[in-house]
Amino acid sequence: MTALRIDDLHKSFGGLHVIQGVNFTVEPGERRLLLGPNGAGKTTLFNLIAGDLRPTAGQIRLADEDVSDLPTFRRAARGIGRTFQILTLFARESVIGNVIMALLGGRPQRWKPYGAVAKDPVLRREALEVLARVRLDTLADRPVSETSYGEKRRLEIAMALAQAPRILLLDEPLAGLSKEERGTVSALLAELPRNLTILMIEHDMDVALAFAEKIALLHYGRLIVDGTREEVIADPRTREAYLAQ
Amino acid sequence: MFWINGFLNSFAFGAILFLLAVGFSLIFGLMRVANLAHGALFMLGGYIATSAVGLGFAGAVLVAGAACAVFGGILERTLIRRLAGRELAQVLGTLGLAFIIADQCLLVWSGDPIAQPAPEALRGAVGFGGIVFPAYRLALVALALVAFVGIWALVERTTLGARIRAAVDDREMARAMGIPVSRLFTTVFCLGAGLAGIGGALAAPIMSVYPGLDSEMLPLALLVVILGGIGSLTGALAGSLVIGLVYTFGQMLLPDLAYVILFLPMVVVLAVRPQGFFGRQAA
Amino acid sequence: MKSPGMKTLGILLLCAAAVPLVLPGPFYLSIATQVLVYGLFAVSVNLIAGYCGMVSLGHAAFLGIAGYAFALLTTSTGWPLWAAIPAAVALSVAAGALFGLVALRTSGLSFLMITLALGQIVWGIAFRYVDLTNGENGISMPRFQGLLASGTGLYYLCLAVTAGCLALVTILAGSPLGASMQGVRDQPRRMSTLGYDVWRIRYAAYVLSAGIAGIAGVLYMLLFRFISPHTLSLTVSSEAVLMVIAGGLGTTFGPVVGAALVVLLKNVASAYTDRWPTLLGLIFLFIIVVVPEGLLPGARRLMRTFGSRLATRRGPTPIPASPIKEARP
Repeated sequence: MTALRIDDLHKSFGGLHVIQGVNFTVEPGERRLLLGPNGAGKTTLFNLIAGDLRPTAGQIRLADEDVSDLPTFRRAARGIGRTFQILTLFARESVIGNVIMALLGGRPQRWKPYGAVAKDPVLRREALEVLARVRLDTLADRPVSETSYGEKRRLEIAMALAQAPRILLLDEPLAGLSKEERGTVSALLAELPRNLTILMIEHDMDVALAFAEKIALLHYGRLIVDGTREEVIADPRTREAYLAQ
Repeated sequence: MFWINGFLNSFAFGAILFLLAVGFSLIFGLMRVANLAHGALFMLGGYIATSAVGLGFAGAVLVAGAACAVFGGILERTLIRRLAGRELAQVLGTLGLAFIIADQCLLVWSGDPIAQPAPEALRGAVGFGGIVFPAYRLALVALALVAFVGIWALVERTTLGARIRAAVDDREMARAMGIPVSRLFTTVFCLGAGLAGIGGALAAPIMSVYPGLDSEMLPLALLVVILGGIGSLTGALAGSLVIGLVYTFGQMLLPDLAYVILFLPMVVVLAVRPQGFFGRQAA
Repeated sequence: MKSPGMKTLGILLLCAAAVPLVLPGPFYLSIATQVLVYGLFAVSVNLIAGYCGMVSLGHAAFLGIAGYAFALLTTSTGWPLWAAIPAAVALSVAAGALFGLVALRTSGLSFLMITLALGQIVWGIAFRYVDLTNGENGISMPRFQGLLASGTGLYYLCLAVTAGCLALVTILAGSPLGASMQGVRDQPRRMSTLGYDVWRIRYAAYVLSAGIAGIAGVLYMLLFRFISPHTLSLTVSSEAVLMVIAGGLGTTFGPVVGAALVVLLKNVASAYTDRWPTLLGLIFLFIIVVVPEGLLPGARRLMRTFGSRLATRRGPTPIPASPIKEARP
C-alpha cells in the first residue's frame, strides 16, 4: 500500500499549464521534500492533493483510494492535513479556539447546535495536548491577534496536527521565521511520529535536507528529478534548475 | 406575426437591458463594486430625458447620458473611493444612494408615469417582405449593436481599453506600471453610469418612466450579469438577449408568472456554470 | 465562542416585560411590538449575514411568503390559526431550502446579487399574480379573537417568541455548529481543509434563517393584519440589513437594538416628512461611512478617539476590527 500515489497529473488555468504530467508515489511514514524554484507549481500541487483545485487530467490516490473527484472536506476526513504558506488562522479566536476548531472538524459533534464549545472539557484537554506538542500550551487563551509571527506559524502546524492526519502537507512551515524560531520549529518537526507521512515544501535547505530522506524536484510543472536525498543533490539537473533562476 | 413581434420586442428589450447591464458589469469587473444604484441611474436618465425633450429626442438622450455620467463620476469620487477595500460597505453605500435617488425623482417628477414620444422619424413602421416592424424598436436593436461594437473597440483596441484590461487582471501590477488606476476607475464609473442613463432615456418611449422602474430593472440587470458572467462584454450581450426573450415571451404567454420564469435561466446557469456563460473561473 | 450572554438576555427580558406598564398608550405599545417583530426579522438576517458572512438582500421574501401564506390560509381556506401558523413557517423554510440551492452556488457579492434578484422575483409574483395575491391592493385579515385582540396580549406574545428565538440563536452561536458558521465566515478555505462541509454549514444557516424570517412574517400579520407586495420589497430587505449593521453584525443583541433604532426613526420621521426612503438612504450612508462596526461599538470608539485627543496627544487609538471591513467574498 502506498500512502499517496499521483498519476499523470495535469492542471492548467486558461492557457497556462501549471502542472504538466506529474507522477510520483509516497510510501507510508516517508518524509518527502518538494523542491523547485518559484513558480514551479509546488503550491498548486498541494492544492490539487488537498482538493482545493480539481486536476485538468490525472489521478490522485490516497491509500489506494481514488480521491481525485472528492471535495476538500472529504479528503480531510480521509486523512489529509495541511498547513498554509500564507497564515490561515481564525484571527478573532484564541490560540486554543483555533485548535478546537481543527479538532471539531473531524468529529460528528461539529453539527451539534447546542452546548457551548468554549466550555467543553474534553475538547479543551485534547487541544492543550496538541498545543503542548508545538510548545504553545502556555499561550492557550491568548487571542491570536496578540501572538507573534513565529507563534502563529507554530499554531498553523498545531491545527494540522489536531486533525490527526495520515498524511501531512507542510507548505513552507519556516517561511519568514527568525533563525531561533527555525530551530524551534525544526525540532518539533523532528519529534513528529514516524508513522505519519509528510510531504513538505521548504526553501531552508539546512532544515529541509536534514528532515527529508527523499526529494522530488519540480520545474515548470514537471517532476525532473525524484529520488533519495543524495541522488537529487548529486544530480546536475538540480543545480541547473536553481541556477536558471 | 405573434412570434415575429415577440422576437422583435424581445430584442428591443434586450437592447435596453444591454445598455443597463454592460455598465454594471464593467464596473463590477474592474472595481469589484456591485453598483446597486444602477437601476436608479437608469430611471434618472429616463426622467431627465422626458424633461429635456425640448432639445429634440437625440439631444434629450445625450443630456440624460451626460448628466448620469457626471453623477456617476461624483459618486465614485466621493463615496466609492472613501470606502475603498470594503466591498460590503461599497455595495450598501450604493444601495443607500439608490433609495435617495429614487425618492428624489418621486419628489421632482411626481408619482405619475410619464410617457415619452418616440422621435418623429422613427414613429412609423418599416416593411420587409410584407411584414411590418415598428421602426423605433428596430433602431434600438441597431443602437445596442453599435454600442456593443463601440465598447468592444474601446476595450480591445484603445490605450484606455488596454489599461482597463490590465487593471482588471492585476490592479497592483497595473499601478506599478504607471497606469493611473484611480482615474481609470472614475472613467469607467462615468461610462457605466452614462450608459445606464442613455438606456433609461432610450427606454422611455417604449416603457415610459414611473416610480419603481428602478427596482424593476435592477434585478434584471443583475440576472443578465449572473447569466453572462461578471465583467464580460459578450456575456452582457448574450445575457441581455436571453433575459429579453424570457421576459417578453413570459409576459405574452404567462403574464401571471413572468417573474417566476425569469428565475429559470438563472437556476440552469448557476447549476451548470456558476461563473456565467463567459465568466472566468476563479483560480 | 464568546460566553452566550444569557444573563444579559434575562435582564433585558425583564425590562421589556415592564414596557407595557410604562408606556402611555396603545400607539406606543404598537411601536414597541413593531420593534419586536422587526427585531426578530433582523435576528434572522444576522444569523446568515453576521454569523455566516453571507449578506442576503432578499430576506423580505421569506417574511412575505409566510405572511401571505398565513393570510391566505386563514381567510380563503379558513384554516384555524394553530394549523396556519406552522404551515406558513414551513412554506418559508421550503422557499429557503429551494433558494439556498441556487444562491449558495456562489458567495460574497454574487450571493448578495442573487438573493436580491430572488427577492425581487418573489415580489413580482406578489405583484402580478393577482388571482392569488390580490396584487397591489394586498390582503387584509379580520380582527383576531381572545389574547391576540388586545395590544398588550400581542405584545407579550411577540416578546415571548422574539426572546425565545433570540435565546436559541444565542445558544446556537456558542455551539459547535455556531462556531463552524463563524469559522466559515472568517476562513472558508481553512474550514474545508479541516474537514467541514462549508456548503452544508451555509445551507443550514440559510434555511434556519429563512424559518426565523417566516416566524417574523407570522408575527407581522398578527400585528398589522395586512400584507401587500411592499412587505416583500427591496426596501424591507434593506431595512433589515441596515438594522443588523447598525446594531453590529454578528453580535447577540445588535439586531434588536438596530430594529429599535430604525422603527423609532421611521415612526418619528413619518410625523414630519414622507421622504422616508431618502432618510433611510442617508442613515445607510452615515452608518457605513462613520460607524461601520455598528452604533454601540462605533460610539465607544468615537468617544475614545475624541477623549484621547483631548487628554493626551500620543497617537491614534487602535480601531477594533469591524466585521463589515473584513467581509470578503
